Amino acid sequence: MEKNTATVIPNSLPVSFSDRFRSREALLLGLIAIVVVVNSLLSPYFLDVYNLLDSTQNISEKAMIVLTMTLVIISREIDISVASIIALSGVLMGAAAAHGADTWMILLVGLGTGTLAGLFNGLLVTQLELPSIIVTIGTMSLYRGIAFIILGDQAYTSFPASFEDIGQTYLVNGMIPTQLIAFVFFAIIFWIVLHKTIYGRRLYAIGNNPVGARYSGIRVNNYRLVLLTLNGVASAITAIFLVSRIATSRPNMAMGWELEVITIAILGGVSIFGGAGKITGVILAVLLIGLVQFGMQLINVPGVIMSIITGLLLIISLVLPIILSMFYKRRRA
Amino acid sequence: MNRKLIFAVLAIFALSLFSSTGFAKDLKIALVVKNLGNGFFEASNRGAQEAAKELGGVEVIYTGPTTPTAEGQIEIIRSLIAQKVDGIIISANDPDSLVTITKRAMQRGIPVMSYDSGINSQGRIVHLAPSDSKFIGYQQVELMGQAIDYKGEFAIVSASSQATNQNEWIGFMKEALEKDAKYKDMKLVAVTYGDDQTDKSYREAQALIRKYPELKGIEAPTSVGFPASGKAVIDEGKVGSIYVTGLGLPSEVAGYVKKDVVKNFALWNPVDLGYSSVYIMKSLINKEIAGKNGDVVKAGRMGDIPVREDGLMVMGSPFVFNAENIDEWSPVF
Repeated sequence: MEKNTATVIPNSLPVSFSDRFRSREALLLGLIAIVVVVNSLLSPYFLDVYNLLDSTQNISEKAMIVLTMTLVIISREIDISVASIIALSGVLMGAAAAHGADTWMILLVGLGTGTLAGLFNGLLVTQLELPSIIVTIGTMSLYRGIAFIILGDQAYTSFPASFEDIGQTYLVNGMIPTQLIAFVFFAIIFWIVLHKTIYGRRLYAIGNNPVGARYSGIRVNNYRLVLLTLNGVASAITAIFLVSRIATSRPNMAMGWELEVITIAILGGVSIFGGAGKITGVILAVLLIGLVQFGMQLINVPGVIMSIITGLLLIISLVLPIILSMFYKRRRA
Repeated sequence: MNRKLIFAVLAIFALSLFSSTGFAKDLKIALVVKNLGNGFFEASNRGAQEAAKELGGVEVIYTGPTTPTAEGQIEIIRSLIAQKVDGIIISANDPDSLVTITKRAMQRGIPVMSYDSGINSQGRIVHLAPSDSKFIGYQQVELMGQAIDYKGEFAIVSASSQATNQNEWIGFMKEALEKDAKYKDMKLVAVTYGDDQTDKSYREAQALIRKYPELKGIEAPTSVGFPASGKAVIDEGKVGSIYVTGLGLPSEVAGYVKKDVVKNFALWNPVDLGYSSVYIMKSLINKEIAGKNGDVVKAGRMGDIPVREDGLMVMGSPFVFNAENIDEWSPVF
């Protein structure tokens, strides 16, 4: 192996063991271990396979958007309209169901709405050269606003049984929720795309230097358009699982999820300035947040305090590596 | 070194597994309310705790989402199932959406009952209604009539648009207005939804006052919307020309009775409601009743409460408060 590196240009700089030990993934693994130990001491019901698998149902829904959001942030864009896209496609699916559409039709409506909403974001960003943060602040209000106009303060609560099965089915002895299977499936796909294909490498190039990437012959705007559209599709998939699980759609659902999704991505080591981040880190961050939230639910911690702790985790995970590196530098000097 | 670390983590794991098994055996009954920070439910919790103390060996877990949504309650019930509580008492934010998760609870052997605001009958064993919905609806119209001399426009500031109980009462209020000639000069001009949030209810009431200059009365069948509407009437300078009535807590409404914004209002006693619920749940857990028509629960100081058709149980008729008796009741709840 070592002899080959002399003749082939390596994909990355050589990584030593201590580098791995200080990586974001190691930090997250450490935090996960701490959370598991603390939670299992706090509640006797934490280390239960049924409970743990069941608790993935909720976080897996958000995690599907985290995956595409990771690609978006790596290429130096952002999309804060995702939760509003969930609400809009959720409400339209509800409307379709209320008008007697069958399950396939409802799915088509949901996915279509998400795709169009994402495409609209993408077109504004690429055709008018607007910054994605501004565009999606606008569409965040726009999409949820449309949902409110359609439905007002009401809610749709009747769906075909086969549609509800999508989000309410557990496979393998009633243990594994469909959401988890979908997340694992998408995680593998996006891991391959980002780390094993030329498209993935180009995303890093775009994120590190969009102008440079363009001069190297990458159609940067095409990538942006596809990524933002993909984010809309992922939001629609989340909406399908969410709506079918709770059999309700209303305009104020998934409120604040965009922040949670972005938080998880940043926690997973994706650089908010673009150009850096790994799917493995993001998956670990999903796991960490999921375990923290589940643990707090088990000891009946109110939702407000949960969001405080999620915020603290984000800050800790950002600050800790900086402090550690300062510490290492001082020791070397 | 790495191997030692892994071993240490595993050892802590194993230890925590063992330490968590031995456990004391109070019956754990969860009281899931529509949302936390709502005076009505805080009062019902006091009654529940009182019953728990009387019965002995019962621990009541008081919990609920921060905003009154079905999604929030679904998450909470999921974690209660994971905690293997012995029984769940719930005031539902949506009669349909919760059925899936409460069925799951019952499959795992956890009896579920609703109180105050019901779940559809396949999602619970019994429902304890505070009073007969028809009686409440007719009584509210009568109270409004007394306040505005049976003449003029009035509007409703309700809780959320899916709230089971509020919608039933409003239905019967409309029926009373239609059927009884006594109310022929009274006109219901609008039904709005404050979602049991103080700020939203306040804004809805304010909007009503501005939109309908001829408005004579506001009816709020919710303990959150009621004081918020009273505040709006004062802030808009309509004291003496618009009267507020509804269902509210004496302690929260007393100030508005003193300021002549409220002439009369009604409520059943939430303390009794929580108290009776715990007694009923205990009988369900101990399989003393099956929730069938004809079963009777001995509910401590509340006497015998029979189970009617479809698992319905009824506590009694609402009590009317006015300027004469408010001082007596406002310190109570």
